[in-house]
Formats: sequence, C-alpha cells, structure tokens
Amino acid sequence: MAIPITYNLRSVRARWVSTIVAVLGIAGTVGVFIAMLALARGFHATLVSSGSPDNVIIRRAGATGEIDSTMALDQVRVIQDEPGIAHENGQPLISPEVVVIAAFPLKSTGTDANAQVRGVSADVLKVRTNIHISQGRFFQPGLAELVVGKNAESSYSGFNLGDTVRFGGGTWKIVGVFDAGGSAFDSEIWCDSRVLDQIYKRPENIFQSLTVRLTSPAAFTQLKDALSADPRLTVQADREIDYYAKQSQLLTTLITVLGSIVALIMGIGAVFGALNTMYSAVSERSREIATMRAIGFGSGSVILSFVFEALLIAFIGGVVGCIVVLPLNGVTTGTLNWQTFSHLAFAFRVTPLLLGIGILFALVMGLIGGVPPAIRAARRPVAIALREL
Amino acid sequence: MVRVDGNGKTDSLIQVRGLDKTYRRGGEEIHVLQGLNLDVEKGDFVAFMGPSGSGKTTLLNLLGGLDVPSRGSITVAGDEITHMSGNKLTHWRARHVGFIFQMYNLIPVLTAFQNIELPLLLTKLSKSERRQHVETALSIVGLADRAHHYPRQLSGGQEQRVAIARALIADPTFLLCDEPTGDLDRKSADEILNLLTRLSTEFSKTILMVTHDPMAAERAQATLHLNKGVLVEGAHAGGPA
Repeated sequence: MAIPITYNLRSVRARWVSTIVAVLGIAGTVGVFIAMLALARGFHATLVSSGSPDNVIIRRAGATGEIDSTMALDQVRVIQDEPGIAHENGQPLISPEVVVIAAFPLKSTGTDANAQVRGVSADVLKVRTNIHISQGRFFQPGLAELVVGKNAESSYSGFNLGDTVRFGGGTWKIVGVFDAGGSAFDSEIWCDSRVLDQIYKRPENIFQSLTVRLTSPAAFTQLKDALSADPRLTVQADREIDYYAKQSQLLTTLITVLGSIVALIMGIGAVFGALNTMYSAVSERSREIATMRAIGFGSGSVILSFVFEALLIAFIGGVVGCIVVLPLNGVTTGTLNWQTFSHLAFAFRVTPLLLGIGILFALVMGLIGGVPPAIRAARRPVAIALREL
Repeated sequence: MVRVDGNGKTDSLIQVRGLDKTYRRGGEEIHVLQGLNLDVEKGDFVAFMGPSGSGKTTLLNLLGGLDVPSRGSITVAGDEITHMSGNKLTHWRARHVGFIFQMYNLIPVLTAFQNIELPLLLTKLSKSERRQHVETALSIVGLADRAHHYPRQLSGGQEQRVAIARALIADPTFLLCDEPTGDLDRKSADEILNLLTRLSTEFSKTILMVTHDPMAAERAQATLHLNKGVLVEGAHAGGPA
C-alpha cells in the first residue's frame, strides 16, 4: 500500500516557500520552451498557410526559390496550355510573377526592413482565392499602384491606405489592403508585374515564377508529368503548399533547435532547483520517513511517495508555465525570412499540443529532480534516521 | 515470566539468544550488546533501564527489526527475524510491532485520525472498517474528540496518546516503547503510564519499554538493567500499580 497522497499534498503546502522556488524554476523553463516552439510553429504555419493545395508554383529547374529563378514569356505561354490548369471564361488561371526586395522603415523600431514586392497579374485573386481585398480596391493594371498585405500595412511607416511611397525610382500610391488569412503574403506588397519591370528597368517579359491554379488538387501529377515531358521547358513544379513548407524548414528547425538548447540549459537549472527542493524535503522529513518505514511502509512506497511529490511540484510548475505563455498566442512578431531576405510578420501559435509537450517536459524535469532524493530517503537506515531531530 | 538466562520456555513469545551488536567507529570496535539472552512471555510488561549508552535503544531497535545484530538470534512468535531480508522485515514489522517513541513521531501534516490510520493502510481493511478501528482506538486513549486535530494542536501528552493509538491500532504482537514519558511533565507521564498499564492488564498487550524514569519502570511487571551490553534482572515491581 502506498503512503497516502494527502501526506504529499499537505507536505507540499506546508513547505510552500521551497515549493514556490521549484515551481517558478520549472514554470520559467516550460514558459521559454513553449514560447520558442510557438515561435517556430507560428513561422512554419504562416508560410505553410501561404500555399494552397489547388495551386502549383513553377520555377526554373534548379532554382531554390523565386529570387534565383527566371522564366521567359514564351515558356509561360507553353505552360498555360498544359493539361490540369483551371480556366475561367476560356482564360487559364495563371499569375506570372516577379519579385523584388525594397527597404521600408518599420513602425516599431524606425529602422529599415526588407519587404518583398511582388509583381502579379491582374488575375492573381482568381488564382489565390484565399486572399481578398479588405480595404480600398485592387490596383489598376498599367498604373503605379500598390495593394499591401495587412501585416505590411501595420508593420511599416507610411503604409496606410491612400499614402504615397517611393521605391525603385518610382512613386507609388497605396490603393488597397489585402487579407491573406495570416499567411506570408500578408507581409508582401503587390503591384502590376509589368509596371514593376518598367520602374526597376528590368527586361520585359521575364518573370521569376508562375503560379497556376489546378482544376483539382489531383491534377498536379498530370501537370507535372506534362511539364517534365515537354522538351521546350526546363522548369520544376511544386505544390504551393509544399514549396512554402520547404521554405519554412530552415528557420523553423533553427528556432526549434536553439529553443531546445535554451530550454535544456534552463531545464538543467530547474532540475537542480527540484533536486534541491526534494533533497531538503527528504532531509527535513527524515524522521517522518523513518517513522513510516518503522510502521511498515516499504522502500518502494517511500520512493513512490517522493517521486509523486516531485512530479506534483513539476506539474504545478508546468501548468504555471503554460498559463504564463498562453497570452503570447496570436501575438504578432517578425523576422527575416532567409529564403526571400525579406521581413516576414507572423504570430506565435501556442497550440494544445505544445502545452502538452510543455507539461511533459516539466514532468521529465520533476522525475529527474525527484528520483535521486527519493532513493536517498528510502535507503537511509531507519534506526539512525529515527534519532534525528 | 521474563528471563535473561537463556533457559526460558521454548514457546516464549520473544526469544533472544546470544545477541551481539558491535559498531565500528574509526578503527575501533564498540561492543554494545554482548551475548544477550532474553525470554518474554505473551502479556509481559518489561522495563529496560540502564545508563546512557548502555545499549537500551539498540536492543529495542534489534527487537523491532529496525537493525540487524552482529551475532545471535531473535525469534518472535516462531519467526526468526535475524535473517529476514529488508522487505520481509518491513512486512514483519507491520504485522508484529507497534512503536511508541519519546518524541511521539507523529506526521505533522496529518490529523490524529490519519496518523492512527497509517498502519491500517497496510492491511486489507476497507475504509469503513478502518474508520471503525480508528474511532475505537481514539476512545481507548481518550481522544475521541480530537480526531481531526493536527499534532501541533495537541499537548505533548495527547500527542503521545495518539502515538499509542497508532501503535496498537493494527493489533501488533508486541509494543516497543522508547522513553515514552521522556518528553512529558509528571502529570502527562502518569496518564501515559496509566494507559500502558491498562493495555497490559486489560488487553494483555506485551510491552517492552526503555526508560530512565524509575517511576515508569515501577509500572512494569519486570525491570531489566542493561549495563555494558549485558542484561541483568532488577527488582520486580510485583505487577501493575
């Protein structure tokens, strides 16, 4: 029979000062751990949600991203006739696009940050159906007008509807704000691709990528096979969703690894905190433990009791850590997207899974911090411990 | 009746034969108990007296299975405990021994009721049976109205009575009392001794008690003196007062 749980619950309460120290140590570690994972998860989710399963992004074969890709108009014309591409009113749903990087001052720091300016076709909203104009209107083809993502609008100075901004040697008017549902496009600035080429003095009819809408997600293989088989084309096609997932991989992995290292270092500290708390608990209650063992509770019961107590403290710490980090959920932050060299705004995502991982991490710390003191408690000779004051 | 010559009845409740206990301190061997014999019958109330360091508590620890002898044997109700493993000894203690300590050794975060209930958690009794047993024990020690008090809310005498209730709750084969009145004033000490005497006479409990207090020793049926590791019979009190 185990030592009653009441004993542990009341002992934890009676020794509340050292309990709080251990709880705070574990809570801090769990909080940082979850925050870092929520950061990585938010970054990943933002990029992944940019892609649609109905869309395919086509680039030059071998290009790692849009920046290092080129695609001529004659290739675009060949592709638009390939099978699997959706049409509306007889026109293929495609958006040949160009991308440039421009620096704008951030509202938060006043320092410049790179923004991705995307030259798109007038049909882009028919291709990317999850994006809609939330304020103002879409740009007029042929005019130096901009529509900006909602995060770009809130991140950069002078990016309000109706404002005029200068970049690339031209003057642009912001005529609309679009909502891309929290995806990476929300951090972008869109304009007519032909106007962008002219202002940047880029060769006309050269694009960097072509995004096409499929008749259905299942049509991807048909299109990809057709592109591969066509000797006129040297392109690669990826589902948009896979392309953005891959883009997020490097930074997501980096944040996760760095976060885990930080959490590990903090975790070692928290484990020592738990060890200290439990060793002092064992030391202070040496005679109580000896009494219970004299009465007939075995070593196993004592170990179980103290490990339970350590896990209880760790669990409380884990829950506190989760509660502390919960308000971060949805808070928007930004970082440089290493794939596009532009600023990307994204929100922390504190998911139930992450909270579960945080609690599990806390329990592991509790276990590591609880087992050695529990073993010491069980091994101490009863006759000697009974004489201790 | 208690004997220390090793010629007691073969069916004595407690039989100790040639018991040695030696400690090693530094390079030196300290012989605490030397060739000790003891026979205790069921229902005996025995007091052990002797100067500090004479080995009284060591003897009690050995009899209670809290320590192992260097040599010799201890047999209780037919079970030789000297060669039992740690786990087996733990189970044996739960079944056969009720401990009463000088400092009461109650668990401070548990109520009187919960402290007394502890040994019953090692039995197969149901919750309601345990409650019934604890209530009976509390009434025997006169603390029925203190069941839900914590040790800090009780006087020293009351704490010791709770400890006695805890010791006898599982109906052990014998009670081991280590200076049960050592931390109490005279009045409380007398109350505790009255209670122990009642347990001996009314409930036929076998009680082995270590004490420095001659008045406590007088309550026992027999007093044994321990000196330099050897037991000698003292004056008989002639039964309970």
